[in-house]
Amino acid sequence: MTTAVRTIVVWCPDWPVRAVAQSEELSLDEPIALIDHGLVFACSPRARADGVRRGQRVREAQAACVDLMTFDYDPALDHRSFEVVVAAIEELMPGVQVLRPGMCALVAKGPSRYYGSERGAAGVLLTTLVGLGAENARIAIADGRFAAEQLARMPGEQGIRIVEPGGSPEFLAEHPIDAIGDPQLAILLRRLGLSTLGAFAALDFRDVRARFGEAGVHAHTMASGRDARRVVPRLPPQLRDIEVVFEPPLDRVDQITFAVRTAAERFVDELTRALLVCTSIRVELHTDNGVVHDRGWGHPRWFSANDVLDRIRWQVQGRTGAGAGALTSAIMKVRVLPESLDSIGNYETGLWGSAPDDRVHHGLSRVQSLLGHGAVTTAVIAGGRGVSERQVMIPWGDPRATGSGDGAKPWPGSVPLPAPSTVFEKPRGVTVLTREGGPIEVSERGALSGIPALFQLTDTEGRSASASPSRQPSQPQPLAAWTGPWPVHERWWDQAVARSFHRFQVVDAEGTAWLLALHDHGWWAEARYD
Amino acid sequence: MFEYWEMPDPAVLLAEAAPAAPSVRELQERIRQMQVTKLETRSLQTSPALAPLLPGGALKAGAAYSVEGSHSLVMAMMAGPSAAGAWCGVIGLPDFGAEAASRSGIDLDRLVFVPHPGEQWLAVVSAVIDVVTVVVTIAPPRLGDALAARLAARIRQREATMIVLGGWPQSEATLRVTESSWEGIGQGFGHLASRRVTVSAVGRGFMGQKRSARLWLPDASEQVRGADTVRGVDTARGVEAVLSADAGRSADAARGAWPAFPAVRELAS
Repeated sequence: MTTAVRTIVVWCPDWPVRAVAQSEELSLDEPIALIDHGLVFACSPRARADGVRRGQRVREAQAACVDLMTFDYDPALDHRSFEVVVAAIEELMPGVQVLRPGMCALVAKGPSRYYGSERGAAGVLLTTLVGLGAENARIAIADGRFAAEQLARMPGEQGIRIVEPGGSPEFLAEHPIDAIGDPQLAILLRRLGLSTLGAFAALDFRDVRARFGEAGVHAHTMASGRDARRVVPRLPPQLRDIEVVFEPPLDRVDQITFAVRTAAERFVDELTRALLVCTSIRVELHTDNGVVHDRGWGHPRWFSANDVLDRIRWQVQGRTGAGAGALTSAIMKVRVLPESLDSIGNYETGLWGSAPDDRVHHGLSRVQSLLGHGAVTTAVIAGGRGVSERQVMIPWGDPRATGSGDGAKPWPGSVPLPAPSTVFEKPRGVTVLTREGGPIEVSERGALSGIPALFQLTDTEGRSASASPSRQPSQPQPLAAWTGPWPVHERWWDQAVARSFHRFQVVDAEGTAWLLALHDHGWWAEARYD
Repeated sequence: MFEYWEMPDPAVLLAEAAPAAPSVRELQERIRQMQVTKLETRSLQTSPALAPLLPGGALKAGAAYSVEGSHSLVMAMMAGPSAAGAWCGVIGLPDFGAEAASRSGIDLDRLVFVPHPGEQWLAVVSAVIDVVTVVVTIAPPRLGDALAARLAARIRQREATMIVLGGWPQSEATLRVTESSWEGIGQGFGHLASRRVTVSAVGRGFMGQKRSARLWLPDASEQVRGADTVRGVDTARGVEAVLSADAGRSADAARGAWPAFPAVRELAS
């Protein structure tokens, strides 16, 4: 049977709270609680002193501690902030396994030999962690990860805790059975009269296997201090950026792309060797006068070296010439950062090809580099009742939502078909009057105060070269037909976004139909059927 | 195809020249169309309802068309090429209705929008012409003849088709909705359901004549199709293509009053 290896466990208590306090610039002395799915996930010492516990409901926690500050739990923030600590530990001793944000494990053998003793190694670690701001960090060294974790979790203020080799079974024996980490098994064992790990460890492991199966055997080995789980060190993430510095700075596109070519080829080759493809990159242009132009580029498939070069070229070209955002001095440095990487296996082309037309993509990417990423779009029909909210514009290169599911579903209360061929980007002001020239209102019960008879487009600014200059009359013109009001009460449950208005369809004297909206403060044309 | 008995004796042709002027024109047109299709290799099929309004019966690759004041007419023109797998681009028209485009048969996966080209209009149009088959755009207010000619050359070279909303100096044909009447909507009841329009077309391709056709744009099932006007009797092609020698007669007269219920008017006439 394998024996447990000496393991160092580093634990920074309350790490999620610490991460939030850092990002929100709060003191750890404040009562802070992190909420995950309506339950308290973690809390600060001050909140704990007031009676807030992990797993409580938010209401209960707030009742226990009146001035509690609650935040949503963000795992990404945790990992991001702990990354600094892990990197610092890796500087000192290699082979770190991150167990969760705030806790990591190392094999003790190498560091203890290098720093003279286990206590020496732990001292170095603790000094580093305190230097990073984790004053209450704990370093525990014991036989096996399980024992070391339990040691780190023991109450007390000591920073360094060590159980001598071979002492783990005795150390664990006194711990309550709940430490086993399997609530159902712990309850069952407690009912069987086994209330400590020592009592459970005293059982013969064959009996445990017969009664509890493999999960029981696993718990048994841990309880008896023979945790044979190995520390699996993480691979430090590799920097795959490319950075090319020009000396002297360059101001010609062809020179820049030529200088970056080999680096771009190396960039793609390295990714391919790691069985990765890059689907979006960020290009940073550092100019001589200290300005950085950066923007992200997507690719519907993956970047080849030439694609990377094209993006750099377009970005430089798009910035030349006059106008806002133009380059004002020569380029000193080009950096390319891979923004999203994916396994190469997901991008194997089908036997008959599956990619969109390359030529189209090149041409449209070129327009994007002239005008910006969001300037070239494709449309998707989404769900909604209004005409403008049904069309969603998606920048070229970004993933289109799969299927037109929402748009095809029935939307009771939506404007009846046919869909208007002109949907105004900004609603245009109009005036609708009765035959006598009086205003029209809709009462609370949906009754009209008058019959719409005259129609006039008041907002003539629109587009200067509008599709129909003749349709911008200065005089009110008679309406040939009208229908409405169709009341719209949307999102009434949320004051900030609630909308309440009435829709009308009218046909003007020339036979052009309009979709109008009557808000409290006036008439607007939402769309035109032309 | 010409059948031999339709070819009259030259003497008869001379004698009947004056009354038969429209049919002579039609014959000349057909001859010209046949010649044209020999020179122009590619054309893009559109909705059959629009065929009589386009010189040659289809959109020509490498030509520009202008449409005045109707997005739905543009969509009807684009629907055919798009359904056949062509990419389409809409430049400088932030108000172009995507849902109507989708429902008129344009594949949104292959429809690209550049709503605000701004100062870079020419560069954007040139770049998009390189890659898509049908470009819909609006001419900037001051576009010099030289630039328009350069763009026309580019379209010819790339075999793209350009549809310009508003005037365009080099257009093959100019289509315009001259009369429009909605059905399904009344005085305070119903909703917009279908629309009958008269579309007139003039242009180089028709040798200075004017053509017009009555269409459903769209009909009750959101299709574009020819509308019969001869009191409920379908013409053979479903479309009445009117050739009128004098251009003055047509649109302005028809535009006069909005016919509230066209069916009633037909009954009365």
